[in-house]
Amino acid sequence: MAYTIEGNSGRWEVVVGLEVHAQVISNAKLFSGAATAFGAAPNSQVSLVDAAFPGMLPVLNGECVAQAVRTGLGLNAEIHLHSRFDRKNYFYADLPSGYQISQYEHPIVGKGVIEIELADGSTRQIGVTRLHLEQDAGKSLHDQHPTKTFVDLNRSGVALMEIVSEPDIRSPEEAGAYVRKLRSILRYLGTCDGNMEEGSLRADVNVSVRKAGEAYRTRCEIKNVNSIRFVMQAVEVEALRQIKVWEDGGEVVQETRLFDSARGTTRPMRSKEDAHDYRYFPDPDLRPLVLDPAWVESLRAALPELPDAKRARFIGDFGLSPYDAGVLVAEQSTASYFETVAAGRDAKLAANWVTGDLFAALNRKSVTIEGSPVTPAALGALLDLIGNKTINGKIAKQVFDEMVETGAAPDAIVQARGLRQVVDTSAIDAAVDAVIAANPDKAAEYRSGKDKLFGFFVGQVMKAMAGKGNPALVNDAVKSKLG
Amino acid sequence: MISDFTLASARAALRARRVSSTELTRHFLGAIDALNPQLNAFITVTADRALVQAAAADAALASGDHGALTGIPLAIKDLFCTDGVRTTAGSRILSPFVPPYESTVTANLLRDGAVFLGKANMDEFAMGSSNATSAYGPVVNPWTRTGDNRPLVPGGSSGGSAAAVAAGLALGATATDTGGSIRQPASFCGIAGIKPTYGRCSRWGVVAFASSLDQAGPVARNVQDCAILLGSMAGYDPKDSTSANIPVPDFAAACRRGVKGLRIGVPREYRSDDMPPEIEALWQQGLAWLRDAGAEIVDVSLPHTKYGLATYYIVAPAEASSNLARYDGVRFGARSDGADLTALYENTRADGFGAEVQRRIMIGTYVLSAGYYDAYYIRAQKIRSLILKDFTEVFAKVDALVTPTAPSAAFALGDRLDDPIKMYFNDVFTVPANMAGIPGMSVPAGLDAHGLPLGLQVLGRPFDEETVFAVAQTIEDAAGFLARPSVRAGG
Repeated sequence: MAYTIEGNSGRWEVVVGLEVHAQVISNAKLFSGAATAFGAAPNSQVSLVDAAFPGMLPVLNGECVAQAVRTGLGLNAEIHLHSRFDRKNYFYADLPSGYQISQYEHPIVGKGVIEIELADGSTRQIGVTRLHLEQDAGKSLHDQHPTKTFVDLNRSGVALMEIVSEPDIRSPEEAGAYVRKLRSILRYLGTCDGNMEEGSLRADVNVSVRKAGEAYRTRCEIKNVNSIRFVMQAVEVEALRQIKVWEDGGEVVQETRLFDSARGTTRPMRSKEDAHDYRYFPDPDLRPLVLDPAWVESLRAALPELPDAKRARFIGDFGLSPYDAGVLVAEQSTASYFETVAAGRDAKLAANWVTGDLFAALNRKSVTIEGSPVTPAALGALLDLIGNKTINGKIAKQVFDEMVETGAAPDAIVQARGLRQVVDTSAIDAAVDAVIAANPDKAAEYRSGKDKLFGFFVGQVMKAMAGKGNPALVNDAVKSKLG
Repeated sequence: MISDFTLASARAALRARRVSSTELTRHFLGAIDALNPQLNAFITVTADRALVQAAAADAALASGDHGALTGIPLAIKDLFCTDGVRTTAGSRILSPFVPPYESTVTANLLRDGAVFLGKANMDEFAMGSSNATSAYGPVVNPWTRTGDNRPLVPGGSSGGSAAAVAAGLALGATATDTGGSIRQPASFCGIAGIKPTYGRCSRWGVVAFASSLDQAGPVARNVQDCAILLGSMAGYDPKDSTSANIPVPDFAAACRRGVKGLRIGVPREYRSDDMPPEIEALWQQGLAWLRDAGAEIVDVSLPHTKYGLATYYIVAPAEASSNLARYDGVRFGARSDGADLTALYENTRADGFGAEVQRRIMIGTYVLSAGYYDAYYIRAQKIRSLILKDFTEVFAKVDALVTPTAPSAAFALGDRLDDPIKMYFNDVFTVPANMAGIPGMSVPAGLDAHGLPLGLQVLGRPFDEETVFAVAQTIEDAAGFLARPSVRAGG
């Protein structure tokens, strides 16, 4: 069932396109040799080129080009062997040259596609219109002084990829899934760290609404949304706002808006009168960018396995459900953790442990999988103890909890705490006899046909054995003694 | 006598230890002291630095460890950023600007041992053909009309460089040429100057006017001196993406090649009814000298020449309007405060830029605006490629072209200032070479009826400055140009 919003005049469909700005992972800026590390002291990573001193000239950083091409390949997109840099002219205090070097008419990457997965297990193809390289501007700090604005040029000239989607997105959920999937691909490729808090990934969200079967109506652009949750919220509140405008007999005007996450609203950023005429023209300081097809192919050959391929492999080779596979491949580190645990073991069991107990523990401890207190080797060792019947599944959870807390090895915990499972049938028989003897009336009820009580007896026996009884042997013993 | 030195003869004298760089430098600093108040050719004189450089040069010469220009005093157009020395681009907006870096071209000259006397006056941001737009006052041409002492313009924008060399205030000078700014002042001041192929000299550290047209080159007393200077200035620079990664040939050797067997083209479109007869006559004379020296003269056609000037005055202002956006009073240069950011921009730029620069910024902004971009900028780019095609086709048939450099001799200070279009017309013969990126040189060839110098222009194939030098040297030899300006150091 497609996502729609019920208005007073009937159902409305939401149309969304996203422009994602992704900061390129590179040691140096797009056109200068200055460094790009986040969090450095203000104006400590600024070259004369970034500060636009007279006579300074841009020189294209080849690594940024390679990163853009890798990303294009990862998005199944056309790589344009000929592209060009243009100047986008506007005045602002944190734009020292008075223009941003971007790719307006001839981007380095053309049409591509991203497949998104939705909660109901379905997938959708979202078109990518283009990807181009551009410079970031500096940062204006308005809150450092009562009457002055401070400018930090550390970001000035940092390479960004602007990745523009087709208006193929139809719901807040799809918008969130798109950004999540894009971020996952970028991280796999190592072309952007996807860190939205630090601003390495930000989205401009274009939203319009329409009745089924209509042509597109006027859209608004919500600028610089910096979390996936806010992207989803922005789509929803902006769609609701536009529906109200239309239904009140008004007209949505094309404009740039800001998402106010505290109020959960959008508001206009600048009016049409202030609209810039950017006076784009080819940057005469740079030659057109021409790529060697063989070089592009060498980058393609060196690409890592991407989430879609990995997911298909996890489903095909490991027999995982599409959902589990999707969860495991979302982050490369998770996938790699899982693969280490699953190697030579029961993959479904490994998947359950990773997505279940491990994720819960990481959540509880607020650490990422890279910082997991339980290494994949240790989790694998735990699964081996289950596999060779040293412990049962229930005890394993107890052992795992202790591994999370102490970082101790599972066999050491089992040893120290005497958790080895009991497979001695005489001990089990004795425990069963004792439970039956203690519950003569329930034994009678069972024997007269109340099958449900079987579980009661198993539970009591396990309890009596401190959980260490081999479940299959306990079952067999209860069955034969009561039979 | 020092005032008779050419760069080449001064170099020989330095190497033979007949003169020291300190003596040379003191001579030129004295000449500047004496004549600069009258000519205004220098904005900044760096006497102390020059003497330190000269002393270092003398030490190098004494140890036999000298470069191509060791000890040679030069003037540097104030468009080249010089480390620790104020660089104004002839503009008020850069009046407080002291670059913490050295342009590649001037760094190359320093590497080869040159001594810098100071920064030469110029039209503001190199926009002008008479040096009248400098915020530091106009430069006066050392030449005057016979029997008439009214001051004349030196041409522009490299008017300070040309006047300094002509008046004997330096052995040579750096200059830049966006639409004729080396060749036209060279012609007006009776000296030689070459705009090399676009990409031959690095633009790094040269204040930009129009990036796709700007090119540095030398002005000097004669063709040979220009060849020596260009040999040091030129070379690939990875810091300039438009710099050409090809070797620098021996330009000085090329001057002696002669023109025997060369085919010299005469573009018929450069002929106009308005052209003064004496310029036409000089042109014919130049062609006759080349024929006598063994060249074949061929009539050729460059059909899109007539659009050159109009196209130039779209492309150059368009790029300038963007290049000059950085002069906003925020990070460097002069600032005129305002109540808010917009007011700061407006005040800074209104106070900092002169009328001609403001005019070109407005033209450039207009032609790049939405709705006008296709009609102006795109169309100009198309014509630009047709102009290049004209030259490419012609250079399949001839080895070089010879034309007048400018449609007139030097005119009076204050003339044509009321009519920018008339002023722009000065560049009509020089602009096409910038549009096509090809090398062009002006060489003094004779005097007009008033005793003012006139230059002939030699145009060549891209990166074939060698042929340009050979042709220009032949004209220079035949012309035997010995006339001296009325204002000149050492008389």
